[in-house]
Amino acid sequence: MTDIQAVGRQLAEAIKGYSADYIEARLEESQKSHITYRGRELESVGQSTAVGGNIRALVKGGWGFVSFNRLSDLPGRIELAVKQAMLVGREESKLAPVEPIVDIVSPEIDKNPLAIPLSEKKQLLDEYNDIIWRTPKLQTSVIGYADSHKKTIFLNSSGSYIQQERADITLRLSAVAAEDGEVQQVGLSLGSRGNFSSIRGLHQPVEEMARHAVELLSAPQVKGREYTVVLDPVLAGVFVHEAFGHLSESDFVYENDRLRQIMVLGKKFGSRELNIVDSAALPGLRGSYKYDDEGVPATKTYLIREGKLVGRLHSRETAAKMNEAPTGNARAINYHFPPIVRMTNTYIEPGSASFDEIIADIKEGVYAKNWFGGTTSMEMFTFSAGEAYMIRNGKLAEALRPVVLTGNVFTTLNNIDAIGNDLEMNQGGGCGKGGQMPLPVSNGSPHIRIRQCLVGGR
Amino acid sequence: MENILAQAKKVAEEAEVFLVSAEETTVQFEANRLKHIQTKQSTHLALRIVKEGRLGYATTTEPGDTHSLVDNAAETAQFGMRAKFELPSPTTYPHIDIFDPAVESSSIGKMSQLGEELIALITEHTPDIICEAMVAKEIISLRIINSRGGQASYRKGIFSLGIMGSLIRGTDMLFVGEIQSSGHPLTQPREVARVVLKQLELAKNQASVPTKQLPVIFTPRGVASALIPSLMIAFNGKTVLEGASPIGNRLGQPVFDPKLWLWDDPTVAYRPHSRPCDDEGIPSQRTTLIEQGKVANFLYDLQTAALAGTNSTGNGSRGGGLPTPSPTTLIIAPGKTTFDEMVSDIKEGLVIEQLMGAEQGNILGGDFSGNVLLGYKVESGKIVGRVKNTMVSGNVYQVLKEVTAIGSQAEWVGGVVNTPPLYCPRLPVASK
Repeated sequence: MTDIQAVGRQLAEAIKGYSADYIEARLEESQKSHITYRGRELESVGQSTAVGGNIRALVKGGWGFVSFNRLSDLPGRIELAVKQAMLVGREESKLAPVEPIVDIVSPEIDKNPLAIPLSEKKQLLDEYNDIIWRTPKLQTSVIGYADSHKKTIFLNSSGSYIQQERADITLRLSAVAAEDGEVQQVGLSLGSRGNFSSIRGLHQPVEEMARHAVELLSAPQVKGREYTVVLDPVLAGVFVHEAFGHLSESDFVYENDRLRQIMVLGKKFGSRELNIVDSAALPGLRGSYKYDDEGVPATKTYLIREGKLVGRLHSRETAAKMNEAPTGNARAINYHFPPIVRMTNTYIEPGSASFDEIIADIKEGVYAKNWFGGTTSMEMFTFSAGEAYMIRNGKLAEALRPVVLTGNVFTTLNNIDAIGNDLEMNQGGGCGKGGQMPLPVSNGSPHIRIRQCLVGGR
Repeated sequence: MENILAQAKKVAEEAEVFLVSAEETTVQFEANRLKHIQTKQSTHLALRIVKEGRLGYATTTEPGDTHSLVDNAAETAQFGMRAKFELPSPTTYPHIDIFDPAVESSSIGKMSQLGEELIALITEHTPDIICEAMVAKEIISLRIINSRGGQASYRKGIFSLGIMGSLIRGTDMLFVGEIQSSGHPLTQPREVARVVLKQLELAKNQASVPTKQLPVIFTPRGVASALIPSLMIAFNGKTVLEGASPIGNRLGQPVFDPKLWLWDDPTVAYRPHSRPCDDEGIPSQRTTLIEQGKVANFLYDLQTAALAGTNSTGNGSRGGGLPTPSPTTLIIAPGKTTFDEMVSDIKEGLVIEQLMGAEQGNILGGDFSGNVLLGYKVESGKIVGRVKNTMVSGNVYQVLKEVTAIGSQAEWVGGVVNTPPLYCPRLPVASK
């Protein structure tokens, strides 16, 4: 494979002497492998390698961006990026100041999952698939395992030169049960920052997943209306990501005066017990890093503190335009894309209630567990549970078909009236935005209770 | 490529080399003004081999690195699935018009101007709207060669023009938008603007719906967002083979309303998903999926077809991995009723333009449930305003079993689905 360090040294010289306000370059080399099963059989196994890079230039507030796999003609590519930026630029370039950083972040070699033989990975997946297939009435299963290891070099015209490495693992399992033309499925999503042992030993949850898919065949569908809803830590993590996380990404806000008025710091969104944080600086999670893709050090950012909006996520440009400090949240999924403002590890801080206390006084409600998906339009959002149960007279009752919940950011956060003491981070998610998907993130929360949450149903 | 094939044949019985290169230029507007110009060059080379009867697979972005590519593929072949198919021998392909040189020669200046005109058309109508727009051109070159002498290649151009507008009043947010794609340059921003302006007009007032069963009209965009995802999975030959498709054992049987016709067609000229052959070198063909409400066919690639004892329909597509059956361009035949006639037939009901989160439920079973991101209330035969905080749930098989009417005018959605509006007698609606 091409040595990107040598190319990086050339580029650091080559980007000098252009009449641009700012130029940066990213180079990347990656190895990936995947194993998928559909049904009893292994369906696909593959390995891939990739090398590529990009140049981004800023001239008078306008951006030019050029990405490539062919590492030849780099001066021509720099020129193209600068020329494109010049065609766009009509204003003044604004970037929040960041000290130039030169750093080779030491790699976590013991965690490179690509070093584990394919046969060992396959053996583990075989065990899980056997468990799924031992379940009666099971129609089929899908298992997708993927891992990657990536080395990135970032450099810019201010003199930064940063080399970082990261490894990533995702495992998604799903069991499909069928009977009389009815089809039901339950899934399990896991992830890790390259630590293969974190996906070992899942035999029991896999067995429960398969059994639950069969149970759903005879489960009723909830009646669509408002309920008091209790979310487990996994689903509450998706909720905080969709319901509030995306609205705190300031690239949506910084050039929209009306949105800036709505998202004014100090505005009340929830009760005094509600604290929401995004932090890439937490070690070892899928959204963690030392520097973002603009070379800005990672930070821990409170988005909501005691129910009030206190911060938001920034790139260097959005921070400068809103006169706030950069937070190190500019991320690109790979070298094909420019960095945009993204979440990292986003969570609701724990409160004091136990799970039993949370459900104790609910006469009729819905307990929604596990992650299926979620999406937002800023104001309104939906998120769906992989499992759901009725709550009756303070106790968990019958299983329900999976439910889709919806909310409105300006009312739903205010309707959270209990926050558990049992924070858990979920590593199984991937976030999509601007065509860049799935970006490794993690979400977390303790159990939470939401009053008057709209649930779709029959 | 020939060198890679030759090296691979030394270690494997069969081999196939797939190379796709793309050059893409995008002009992006943010907050109503030009913000970003991007150029992306990419190369992706995939090697698929059959070694001791098993499939091996590896990809790279560096076609020169033959040695590790062949090694990687050989390593995976120890565990790969048994290959049940034969790679295609030399064959003839249909001629399909997918490359208009005018796409490639569209200048950045002209593309910027298109975006500016489009934004101007929207902001003239609604001055306080904030728009993001994109104008893009992409040239894709593809070549496949295999150890049976089969080879195929084509070049394709795609041009896209899209806009998303947000209108914020207090804490009320309205999102409108449209994106169109074609194999020709799109030169009429008015046609994209027309869709958005209609959305803005219909959403001017707000209305609320009760929580109950109501008649629902899905606009073409509504059909694409709520109903198509489930159908795509159900007609996938792989889902059928696993026994997980609710219609898998209903071939030839009436499952849908007899007015309904659906087909997959990669041969329509100048559509983004059109092509002379699929990603395995199988000639493209039109495949009927629903004929007068009866299940007519499923979509197959080579391996799935071989396992199912049938032939590939030319639907093997790669998204970076091994080929898998995927639809290309989906078309629902228009019916006889105009959209206005449908609306005037409804005493109290809902028009759905965009359902958010519909694909998050049990889409394998056909269930959909989503928040009406853009939709309108109908009262006494007239659209009276936009609804919010409203959820609609249903099951595709129940909805399409009895359709009150199929619209007489089909529209392209995103360039890859062509459908008329569908009018359904009743669906459960929940609202706040």
